[in-house]
Amino acid sequence: MSAALEARIAEWRAFATRSRAVDAVDADELESHLRDSIDALRTAGLDDDEAFLVAAKRLGALDPISREFARVHSARLWKQLVLSGVGPEAAESGRVRRHELFVVVAFALGAAVLVQLLRLGTGAVSADSPYGAEGFRWFSGLLPAVLATPVIGYLAWLRRLSLAEIAAPAALVTVTTLALLIPPFDLGGLTAPVAALHSPVVLWFAVALTYLGTEWRSSERRMDVVRFTGEFAIYVVLIVLGGGVLFGLTSVIIGAIAPDAVSELAAWILPSGGAASLVVAAWLVESKQSVIENIAPVLTAIFTPLFAVMLAISAALYAAFGIGRDFDRELLATFDVVLVVVLALLLYGLSARRPETASRVMDVLRLVAIAAALALDALVLGSMFARIGEFGFTPNRVAALGLNVLLFANLAVAAALGVRALRGRGTPAAPESWQTRYLPVFGGWALLMVVALPPMFGYA
Amino acid sequence: MRIDKDLVAAIATPLVLAILSEGENYGYAILRRVTELSGGELEWTDGMLYPLLHRLHRLGYVTTEWRSSDEGRRRKYYAITPDGRRALGEQRSQWATASGALERAFGRLDFGLGSAVTA
Repeated sequence: MSAALEARIAEWRAFATRSRAVDAVDADELESHLRDSIDALRTAGLDDDEAFLVAAKRLGALDPISREFARVHSARLWKQLVLSGVGPEAAESGRVRRHELFVVVAFALGAAVLVQLLRLGTGAVSADSPYGAEGFRWFSGLLPAVLATPVIGYLAWLRRLSLAEIAAPAALVTVTTLALLIPPFDLGGLTAPVAALHSPVVLWFAVALTYLGTEWRSSERRMDVVRFTGEFAIYVVLIVLGGGVLFGLTSVIIGAIAPDAVSELAAWILPSGGAASLVVAAWLVESKQSVIENIAPVLTAIFTPLFAVMLAISAALYAAFGIGRDFDRELLATFDVVLVVVLALLLYGLSARRPETASRVMDVLRLVAIAAALALDALVLGSMFARIGEFGFTPNRVAALGLNVLLFANLAVAAALGVRALRGRGTPAAPESWQTRYLPVFGGWALLMVVALPPMFGYA
Repeated sequence: MRIDKDLVAAIATPLVLAILSEGENYGYAILRRVTELSGGELEWTDGMLYPLLHRLHRLGYVTTEWRSSDEGRRRKYYAITPDGRRALGEQRSQWATASGALERAFGRLDFGLGSAVTA
């Protein structure tokens, strides 16, 4: 082919890859089609220019094609689609953005004010408030709702949700808060901490429901919730770290001239900053600051091999030496954390996995990590069940054991699907759809722990 | 006669699956086969085939493999999977039902018109 024709093809290709939905591999495929088409037309007697024009015309306008690609590979530009609702082009009008910024600031300020009202209204953030234990009870009961509501409000505004559509998240927030506040909890008891520990999880599901809006059935949108959760957590950690440095420096400088002001400053700034950072983090994830886009999958890629090695060695050691008679009973909670971490590695691996560029080594490592975690967990569970009579059921153990069983079932099926996929069977989307269908189970379990577990143990 | 865009969209999946059930193939050749089968009457933007093929891949109906052709051009070949064949069978019986219903309905329409004219 002539150099001029090559140049036109290169130009066409550059134009095609401008859309984030069309990656290099897709462009290769389209280009190969274009070249086949040009060859056929030249054989039929057209010259280079004519052949290129006809072939490009037959291939079609690139905008609708890349929109179709975007619908198939929604993960590639989930954020732009979220932001504008229709496509990347509608998102960038400056006025919309400034308007959105005001709304974000309003919600963040609202969150800061709410948390201060809560602090002043209930006395303090610790058990030694002027209102005593009762003050702390109200504070810890209302805090999850106070933190979650502005984030839910912001997302509902962003999605333009109707009142009927936010009924479900609102109901979750209300039920959780009432379940923490109304019953006669024994403040020194065991059920109150379990309920308090699970309430943020329920409220996060309320946030997720708002995020999903009307599309809560869609598997792809649920995967977007997983991405949102990961990026949100990373943004919050970064903001809190930055805020910590800022506050540390401020307190050193202020402390030099007014040592008594520091604790007062902390009481005003830290809760407000924390509450506001949640709204800001949600906004940052949504408005796609591509600076740290997709950091969760990168972290996953780094830590999956490390966890796989650590878990495999631990499983071998446990299998070789057995679990000592006197192993710590609370070990089960530790293994819940291990399984949650492995599940997170799996989820973020899945959320970033593209079938076209998937690495087999990574898939195998992920399976090794899951298998080792399951083996370890089976050892601990076995020993736990064998001696359940000795230990008896306490609220802690019911919560830890239940979560453990749920995680075990999830990962066991995930491992089976992973093995099938490695052997080239099953659909590529099967592991993903298993995980997205399983997500509500965790929300339901957390809700049970808040609503049903405390009465089962008489709120003791 | 040009076929309406929505109708093309509806028959695209069974058509592509049926072509792939004849043997593995790559995009450009699949489109040539579509033209052949329809006598050139199907209005289809070439580029739209690829998002469709990728969707079928995501659903597990086809597998893909990059290979170089004899003249050295790299092409992505698509091959139908057992799941794909099942989906094709399903689509086939749906279309048989639909076209049978249409044929009977259209037959009746002709009859009705004819009798109206004679009466």
